[in-house]
Amino acid sequence: MITMKEQRNENNKNDLTGLLIDEESDRNIRARLWYIWRLLWRDKSGLIGLIVFLVIIFSAIFAPMLAPHDPLKIDLHASRQPPIWTEAGNPEHILGTDNLGRDLFSRIIYGSRVSIMVGFLGVSIAFSLGMMIGLFAGFKGGRTDNLIMTVTNMILALPYLVFVVFIAAVLGRSLLNVVLIFGLTNIPIFVRVTRGEVLRLREEGYIEAAISIGQKTPAIIFKHIMPNLIGPLITLATFEMSAMIFYEAGLGFLGLSVPPTVPSWGNMLAEGRQFLTVFPWMSIYPGLAIVITGFSMNLFGDWLRDVLDPRMRRMKK
Amino acid sequence: MLRYLLSRLISSAALLLGVLFLVFMLLHLTGDPVSLMVSRYASPEDIEALREELGFNRPLLVQFGDFLSGAFQGDFGSSFRYRQPAMDLVLQRIPATIELASVALLMAILMGVTIGILGGSNPNTILDSIARGIGLLGQTIPTFWLGLILIIIFSLRLGWFPSFGRETFTFLGLTLPDQSIVLPAFALSLFTTGQLARFTRSAVMEVMNEDYVTTARSKGLKKKRIYFKYILKNSAIPLISIIGVQFSYLLSGSIYIETIFSWPGLGSLLAEAVGTRDFFLVQATAFFTSLVVIGLHLLTDLVYVLVDPRIRYR
Repeated sequence: MITMKEQRNENNKNDLTGLLIDEESDRNIRARLWYIWRLLWRDKSGLIGLIVFLVIIFSAIFAPMLAPHDPLKIDLHASRQPPIWTEAGNPEHILGTDNLGRDLFSRIIYGSRVSIMVGFLGVSIAFSLGMMIGLFAGFKGGRTDNLIMTVTNMILALPYLVFVVFIAAVLGRSLLNVVLIFGLTNIPIFVRVTRGEVLRLREEGYIEAAISIGQKTPAIIFKHIMPNLIGPLITLATFEMSAMIFYEAGLGFLGLSVPPTVPSWGNMLAEGRQFLTVFPWMSIYPGLAIVITGFSMNLFGDWLRDVLDPRMRRMKK
Repeated sequence: MLRYLLSRLISSAALLLGVLFLVFMLLHLTGDPVSLMVSRYASPEDIEALREELGFNRPLLVQFGDFLSGAFQGDFGSSFRYRQPAMDLVLQRIPATIELASVALLMAILMGVTIGILGGSNPNTILDSIARGIGLLGQTIPTFWLGLILIIIFSLRLGWFPSFGRETFTFLGLTLPDQSIVLPAFALSLFTTGQLARFTRSAVMEVMNEDYVTTARSKGLKKKRIYFKYILKNSAIPLISIIGVQFSYLLSGSIYIETIFSWPGLGSLLAEAVGTRDFFLVQATAFFTSLVVIGLHLLTDLVYVLVDPRIRYR
């Protein structure tokens, strides 16, 4: 027998937004996951992006078990070996070794830890603080809103890279500093998106209804506004995280990110650049890791945006 | 219009003041800028002497006042390394950066807009996939890595272009860069090419679905006429603001490319100043870049208002 719920799920196969705001289907997590899976399966690019990204997270978490060598172990006898598929390649070192004989493949695996950590923690800071400020501005309205948005737009109008480089140079090289820099400097974009959504949602009929039956503001925020914010904010978070991974590597390339002893993709590129003419593989593979990470996150982000935003979905057709 | 212009000017001026405050505070963030500037092996007496010389032992507010009045006269202190006023050094480096950013923008417009139009007007074809792919690649390939790869391929392997430096020649009294600009400009342009391809594609697709295009079609207007007169013209409006923003991105984002290719512009000056802890120079560079970027945003907004009659200025 087909229940009402199943019938409805059948009807809006395409509509993930329905799932996010629908309290009834909240209870049925399995149906929800199945549903997301079907959406992913339909658009293969989103699936590929998600799988690759999960692999990267997996390798970051289990780096000590996956890496064939100690990423910090210096072995001058084995230095400057090219990748395995060249004539002089050594099967011990798949992607070759750097100028100090450290295994490049292991260093790339360990390097994903820095990238994922900076991206994840940075986005968490920007997401949580940005959402709170955005909600506050959007709900309070009036002068407070004006002030917050003026400051936000001012910060967004600055040349981002120049200031990030400036701040990083003043604060010095450490993982904590890098996380804080990216977390704090990305607050404004989350504020802007949250506030825009809040303003749009406030005009919706069900919010008006909630206000008119006398629901308290916190209840409205948590029950009606927040669930609708999650879609656009998660999409933004995906793109911002891939941007942070980029900028972290860029800072590392300039010698401004984590300390030089830590294996990170940016630091590896900076080292590789010094030997560009003689050992090009030292720069090629860490960069490739950045490209693959960015590519997978963008594929997944594009898919998320299309699925979560019905307006975009209509346009795509 | 005049009121709009005035309010935009005032907000830009306020923003510049904010930038000055930020730039000043950043240097005093750690409490003592002098400890950032000297080497780790400097003796306490040397540090104290430098602090005295630069006036860092005075109250913060007095220092900010001094900094402001200096800034209004274009005086950001002297570079330690070059022993020259920081602003002079910045001004010397500008032409090279503008040159690089302009060539990159030109490349990006030629490639990105063309690809975007082709993709957007032929949805769900190979052309469309190419446009989407290039949009994605532009976003996911870091410029600093692309620069290195271009050097490996085109300078080291093929030997077509030099791997660093800026060579010029004189033509009709103008100093122009030779082929040494090709690789850095291309590497710098890729991100913008991707963005333009994305935006042009979606703008064209959106306009194609508009009612007036359907009307024009049902009237039986010629395809070519619909295409140029209706679709392309209306797709161009949102592009203006994107091109303005992208140009400011190219100007301020050239730090990696200029470092890799030893291009003597603002970006490499900033990287160098950061590396040698020449913080007055960093201050001057950051301020000047912000000035240019803010100016460009203002200009873009004004052009936007002039071009699109639907936008009313308040």
